[in-house]
Amino acid sequence: MTEERHIFSVLVENRFGVLARIAGLFSGRGFNIDSLNVAETDDPDVSHMTIVTHGDAQIIEQIYKHLNKLIDVIKVTDLTVENHVEREIVLIKVYAEPQRRGEILQIVEIFRAHTVDVGPDSLIIEVTGDEGKLKAAIDLLRPYGIQELARTGKIAIMRGIAK
Amino acid sequence: MELSGANILIESLKQEGVEYIFGVNGGAAMPIFDALYEHPDVKLIMMRHEQGASHAADGYARATGKVGVTLATSGPGATNLVTGIATAYMDSIPMVAITGQVFTHLMGNDAFQECDVIGVTRPVCKHSYLIKSGDEVADVIAEAFHIASTGRPGPVVVDFAKDAQIHESLFRYPEKVNIRSYKPKVEGHPRQIAKAVELIHNAERPILYAGGGVTLSNASEELRELAIKTGIPITVTLMGLGAFPETHPLSMEMPGMHGSCCANYAFTDSDLVIAIGARFDDRVTGDLTKFAPNAKKIHIDIDASCIGKNVPIDVPIVGDAKRVLAEMNKLVHRVDIEPWMRQINEWKEQYPFEYEQNGDNIMPQYVIEQIYDLYSDAIVVGDVGQHQMWAAQYFKFTEPRQWLNSGGLGTMGFSLPAAIGAQLGCPDKTVVNINGDGSYIMTIQELVPAITMKLPLKIFIINNMYLGMVRQWQELFHQKRYAAVDYHDNPDFALLAEAFGATGIRVERIEDVRPALEKAKGIDDGPVVIDFIVDEEENVFPMVPAGAGLGDVIRGLA
Ligand SMILES: Cc1ncc(C[n+]2csc(CCOP(=O)(O)OP(=O)(O)O)c2C)c(N)n1
Ligand SMILES: [Mg+2]
Repeated sequence: MTEERHIFSVLVENRFGVLARIAGLFSGRGFNIDSLNVAETDDPDVSHMTIVTHGDAQIIEQIYKHLNKLIDVIKVTDLTVENHVEREIVLIKVYAEPQRRGEILQIVEIFRAHTVDVGPDSLIIEVTGDEGKLKAAIDLLRPYGIQELARTGKIAIMRGIAK
Repeated sequence: MELSGANILIESLKQEGVEYIFGVNGGAAMPIFDALYEHPDVKLIMMRHEQGASHAADGYARATGKVGVTLATSGPGATNLVTGIATAYMDSIPMVAITGQVFTHLMGNDAFQECDVIGVTRPVCKHSYLIKSGDEVADVIAEAFHIASTGRPGPVVVDFAKDAQIHESLFRYPEKVNIRSYKPKVEGHPRQIAKAVELIHNAERPILYAGGGVTLSNASEELRELAIKTGIPITVTLMGLGAFPETHPLSMEMPGMHGSCCANYAFTDSDLVIAIGARFDDRVTGDLTKFAPNAKKIHIDIDASCIGKNVPIDVPIVGDAKRVLAEMNKLVHRVDIEPWMRQINEWKEQYPFEYEQNGDNIMPQYVIEQIYDLYSDAIVVGDVGQHQMWAAQYFKFTEPRQWLNSGGLGTMGFSLPAAIGAQLGCPDKTVVNINGDGSYIMTIQELVPAITMKLPLKIFIINNMYLGMVRQWQELFHQKRYAAVDYHDNPDFALLAEAFGATGIRVERIEDVRPALEKAKGIDDGPVVIDFIVDEEENVFPMVPAGAGLGDVIRGLA
């Protein structure tokens, strides 16, 4: 069977130990986590997780069912099959001697990114977007020398009002 | 009224109808044990090891269908419980395991007898709670019992910090539990049920395949109705034995690695498998690529994650077996499968469970046959190994909850403490424990509470002086290299029983088997241990070797 990437949106009770239960579900069964993001929602009792994973159709089905089986999980949606919006933020610290700074700032402009910190010979750049945009930005900045890079992992939600 | 957390716990357990708690005392649980001291309603059963305590709670739950409760202190007490929790988890047994925890201000400091119990038990329980304040107790206990006993049942761990046990707060027990993230689906989808019924009516070679889920959902009556109304032959797994009477003409007995040839051949040749509360375990299916290759599959299970896990399913039905079967029974009629039944009956006649007498030795199968003859109505608690398989093969189970054993985890040492729990839960029944010499000595210390409480347990040891099941694999697959399986250095179990204060009988000759079993029947003021010295190298057949298909079952060594 072919491997596919799936994005799960998971609403969970905002309780002690929930993240460990989710992580344990994946590690205990040998499922993969490509990225995982978790934070409180508008309701402080509820957290939202975005889990990006991959596997064949049978594994994806198992992941979906096992997530649902956890007592603290309120709702699981496989966003891959839904019309959804996804975003990710990356912070890139790139070498920027004064003479190359102009070129780098042009790239920032093109990607509608932001410069969030300026040092004597480095810049921290924040890029927001989907996976393709982030990859393109990182690829273009790489030749200047990336010193450090941190990503949030994807966050995603479904478009429209759920029926 | 303000009560301590420990007293709120006991009041909450009373609300849940708990009669017995099986436990071992220790520092971090002392307030709880103190609250239980001479309690008129909730009785503490002093087991001799926390593993024994957890198996006793488990045996109580299996025999009665109620939630079993076990209690231990923090650290080593809690880690000793883990085997019992995992055993209950693998077989979906409703249990609440309560552990003392160090004071909250010490947690995370590597305090004396501190252990991250929630972390250690996470993969082997259905859910867990940490109580850090006395006012959480009532809600947590109500939720724990609700979760343990509904949906697919399982053990719930409650880790209870010592300061929360002492802290006083108002006791109010919730009338109803409502967990928004936990709503098990019990009703099967009508369209799926209709599809299943259509497949059943059109099949030529259908079989019913029922598992422990039928017993757990108390659906034995509905299962019997389905089989008898349709006339479809049925095989019941090790975990479900008794859910359908093995003495009925439609019974093909147990399937799988040491199951009947008939059941295994029937899977292989069938065109429709109707699975009910069974999970296509590898010990049942053998090589998946050869498993029921020509059959469509219907799978009824309360746990959606069980469906399609090992075998692709044509008609999945998520729901409680009892409800789904009741709906199906309204729609089904008798199926015309005469040629198939002729084939089934031929297999049954040709390949019954059988063994050869070896000289003057007591054959283990003979002992089981005699036990069955004299104790056919008893609750039988089996341990793990060859004796377990012989008990499953030669004792004909007719009622659900009549056969208790650790099927999923295969935990040696399960049976004696589980028999204690079963006997307390069913005081009017005879409880027979069929044990192995290796398994028995793993939890032998639990003889003490059985003697103290004068429980009339019938403990029958099938003593082959070996870790027999492992020895069998060594004989068949490791060129008879009997590494680390020789148990000839075990003590005389009859003498040892006497030393504990029970009745001990050693049986070495065939003609003494039946009289000893008859004598045991009359002993009702405490446990009796009979040590049956049996043929040492007898093997369990039929056998489907690991990795082979069910059709390749070895019927015996010619
Ligand atoms: C706790 C535990 N340890 C090891 C095993 C592996 N094991 C499975 S069967 C068996 C032998 C059991 O010996 P005995 O109780 O004498 O039963 P017999 O097979 O001889 O009837 C062993 C060691 C196990 N199932 N459980
Ligand atoms: Mg043995």
